Amino acid sequence: MGRKLLLDKAHIEGIRYYDTYRSNGGYAAAEKALKSMGPEGVLEEVKKSGLRGRGGAGFPTGLKWSFIARPEGVPRYLVCNADESEPGTFKDRYLMEFIPHLLIEGLLISSFALGANSAYIYIRGEYAWIPDILEQAIAEAKNKGWLGKNIQGTGFDLEIYVQRGAGAYICGEETALIESLEGKRGNPRIKPPFPAVKGLWQCPTVVNNVETLAAVVPIINIGGDEYIKYGTGKSTGTKLISACGNINKPGVYEIEMNISVEEFIYSDEYCGGIKNGKRLKACIPGGSSVPVLPANLLLKTAKGETRMMTYESLSDGGFATGSMLGSGGFIVMDEDQCIVRNTLTFARFYHHESCGQCSPCREGTGWMKKVLLNLENGKGKMSDIDLLWDIQRKIEGNTICPLGDAAAWPVAAAIRHFRDEFEWHVTHPEEALTRNFGLAHYADPLTIPAAV
Amino acid sequence: MAEEIKLFKVKIDNISVEVEPGTTILNAARKIGGDIVPPAMCYYSKLNGSGGKCRTCLVKVSKGSDADPRPMPKLVASCRTTVMDGMEVANITSPEVQEARKGVVEFLLLNHPLDCPVCDQAGECHLQDLSYEHGADSTRYEFKRRTFDKIDIGDKIKLHMTRCILCYRCVYTADQLTNKREHGVLGRGDASEISTYISQSLDNDFIGNVIDVCPVGALTDQTFRFKNRVWFLKPVDAHRHCDNEKCCGKTVLWMRGDEVFRVTARKDQYGEVEDFICDTCRFDKKEAKDWVIEGPRKIDRQSVISQGHYVNTVKPKDPLVEVLDGRKPKLLFDIHSESQVNRPEVDLSKIDGPAHSNDFTKQQS
Repeated sequence: MGRKLLLDKAHIEGIRYYDTYRSNGGYAAAEKALKSMGPEGVLEEVKKSGLRGRGGAGFPTGLKWSFIARPEGVPRYLVCNADESEPGTFKDRYLMEFIPHLLIEGLLISSFALGANSAYIYIRGEYAWIPDILEQAIAEAKNKGWLGKNIQGTGFDLEIYVQRGAGAYICGEETALIESLEGKRGNPRIKPPFPAVKGLWQCPTVVNNVETLAAVVPIINIGGDEYIKYGTGKSTGTKLISACGNINKPGVYEIEMNISVEEFIYSDEYCGGIKNGKRLKACIPGGSSVPVLPANLLLKTAKGETRMMTYESLSDGGFATGSMLGSGGFIVMDEDQCIVRNTLTFARFYHHESCGQCSPCREGTGWMKKVLLNLENGKGKMSDIDLLWDIQRKIEGNTICPLGDAAAWPVAAAIRHFRDEFEWHVTHPEEALTRNFGLAHYADPLTIPAAV
Repeated sequence: MAEEIKLFKVKIDNISVEVEPGTTILNAARKIGGDIVPPAMCYYSKLNGSGGKCRTCLVKVSKGSDADPRPMPKLVASCRTTVMDGMEVANITSPEVQEARKGVVEFLLLNHPLDCPVCDQAGECHLQDLSYEHGADSTRYEFKRRTFDKIDIGDKIKLHMTRCILCYRCVYTADQLTNKREHGVLGRGDASEISTYISQSLDNDFIGNVIDVCPVGALTDQTFRFKNRVWFLKPVDAHRHCDNEKCCGKTVLWMRGDEVFRVTARKDQYGEVEDFICDTCRFDKKEAKDWVIEGPRKIDRQSVISQGHYVNTVKPKDPLVEVLDGRKPKLLFDIHSESQVNRPEVDLSKIDGPAHSNDFTKQQS
C-alpha cells in the first residue's frame, strides 16, 4: 500500500465534522504552527518540503510565498483556487467534500505564514453542494476558536470567505480568478504586475490550489525533512490523481510520487487495468490541457527508462516525447478511442471557454474546432492537418494567459503522435463516421522509439 | 535638488536608446521612431489599462537585462512590458516576431471583412496598414464569417460589430472619459461583442471619442457616414472656445471648399488623439464660421489621405530612354489611347475638389 498524507484519514466516518477531525489529530499542525513556529518557521518548512503547486504548473510553493510583497499598512490576501474546471480533474472536489477541515487548517497555516488576515475560497460554480459543506466547516472552526479574532490566543486574526464562481473555466487562471472575485468579468490580467505584488483589490495576494494548501498540514505535522522522503527529489510528497477513462477503477487516488505509470494503470490498488481487457492506446496524464501520450511513450520515457508518476519523468524529452503531470487528471484511452474525436472534444471546450480578450485565442480556438469538426466528419482534406498544426503553433505562447497554450498543446500532441489517424479520417471519410479503430495502424505499445 | 533619475539603456533592433524606468518597450521604440516601432491595434497611450490584447506588438526579448541576461522564453507584448537596464529587443530583426505577427494578422482578418472600398475608415484604418505590412496574400479560412446587424448606438454613432476586432479601446474610452459607461463586451471567445446593455443609446458628452479611438471601421460617425471619402477632403487645423471645460476645442476640420464634412480630434503620428474633444465640437459645429481655422493639417506623406496632394514631387528619370539612345520605348498598348480616365495631361492635384469624369471628357473634347 502506498503511503498517504492527505487521504490517510479519509476512510474515518464523520471526518467531515470538526469533532471527528480534531479527535483524529486535526488542527495539531495549526496549533504547532501558530504557537511554536511563527510565520518564518512555517515558510522555511514549506520551502524545505519542496512542495510544488498542485494546480497544474508545479511552481515551488515556498518560493511563491516568498515573493509576496510586504508593504506597510497594506493587507495581504490568500486565495484558494477551488475552480477545478480542467476536464478530467476532480481531485479537489474529493478533498473539499470529504475532509473540508484539512483545507481550512491548510488555509489557516498558510495565511499565518503569509500574514494574511482574510482568505477566500473561490469555488467552481458547478460544485453546487460543496460551498455549504465548506461554510459549515468554517462555522465549526470559528466556533472552536480556529478562525476569527485572536485565534487560540495567539493574536492572529483570520476570516475565510467562500465565493462561488459562475462556471467559467478561465476563472481558474489566477488573475481571472482575482478579477472575478472582485466582481468583474473573469478576464485574465496582463502580467506583470504579478498577484504577489498587486493581486486582489490591488494588494499582495497568493493564489494556491486546494490540494497545495491541504498539503501544508502534513508538512507541518511531519516536518519538511520527513516530507521529502516521500516521492522523488524533484517531486516530493504525495499527489492526488483523478483517474478516469477506460479503466476498471476510476476515482481519486493519492499516490506517492515514486510509482511508475504502468503500476498506476495496471495495479489493483489504483486503476486496476484497462476496462474489458482492451489494450492501452493513449493517456492524457495531467488534465485535458496537457499533451496526450501514446502507449509506447507512456510507459517508457524517450531515454528508455520507466515512466514515473512525477513532474520530471512525465515531461521527459519535452513535448516531442513527454507530457506534464499537470493537475493530475489522468485520462486513459483504450484501443477503441478515436484521437481525432477526443481532440475535437477538447478543442470544442477551449473554444467555448476562451475569454475572447486576445486575438490568437479568440479566433484560433474556434478555427481549430471547425477544422477538426470537418476532419471528424469525414469532410477534411490532407492540407487541413498541416493547417491545424500551423494554427496551434501561432496560438501557443502568443496569448495573454495559458488558455491559448492549453488549447494548442492537445492538438499539437495529437498530430505529432497520431498523424496517421488524422490522415485515415481524410482517406476513409465514410468509415470515419462509423469507426472502431483497434491498434492496427499503431506501433506495438511496448516498442520504444529512439530518443528524440 | 531633485534626485536624478537613472535612465535605462535599451537596445531595440540594435539601436540604443535611453529611457526612464517604467517605460514600455513600445514607448522606447517610439522614442527611436521609424520602422522599428511595433504596430499597436489595442494599445492607446492616452487610455489607462489599454494594450496587451491584440498581440500585434509582440517582440522578442533576446536579453532580459544586464543583471539577468537570460532571454524571455516567449514573445512579449511590447506595449505592456517595461524595459530593464541593458535589455535587448528584437522586432523587425526577428523572423520569429514577423511570423507571429503574420499569424496575428491572419487571426484578426478571419472575421474582419475586407470591405475597405465601402468602409468609412478606409484610408485611416490601422488594420489596413497592418495587413499590408504583415499580412499574407490570401486567407486559409474556409468557414462562414461572423456577422452582425448594424446598430445605432445613439443618434450620432453607428456600431458595425462585424468589423470590430475587440481591441477594447472604446470601452476604456467610455469608462475613462464619460460619467457613465453604458457599453462593454458581452459574450465570450469569438462570440464576444461590443454592445450596450439592452439597447441603450450612448449620449454622454465625450462619447464621440470612441469613433476616433476605433482602429477599424466598427464605430462610425453618423453625421459623416458615406458623405465623402477622407482623401477627397482637405484637413485643416481649427479651434474654437468650447464651453465644456474638459474639451480642448482644438480639432481637425475635414473640408471641401467651405463645407465642413467632419470634425475630429487631432491625432499624433501614431494615430492617437492628442486631446479629446466633446460631442458638441464634434457633431454640432459643422459650419466653417464656428471655427477659427489655423491652416492646413500636416498629413504624413505616406498616408493615403495625401494621395494627389504631393508637393514638389520630383518624378524619377526613366532610364530606359538613355539605354535606348534617346529613343522612346515602343509601347505594345497605350492605356491612355483607350481609357477615358487617368489621362497624363490631366493633373489631378490641380483639380479643385475630387476628380470627376467631366474633368477628363473636357480634355478630350
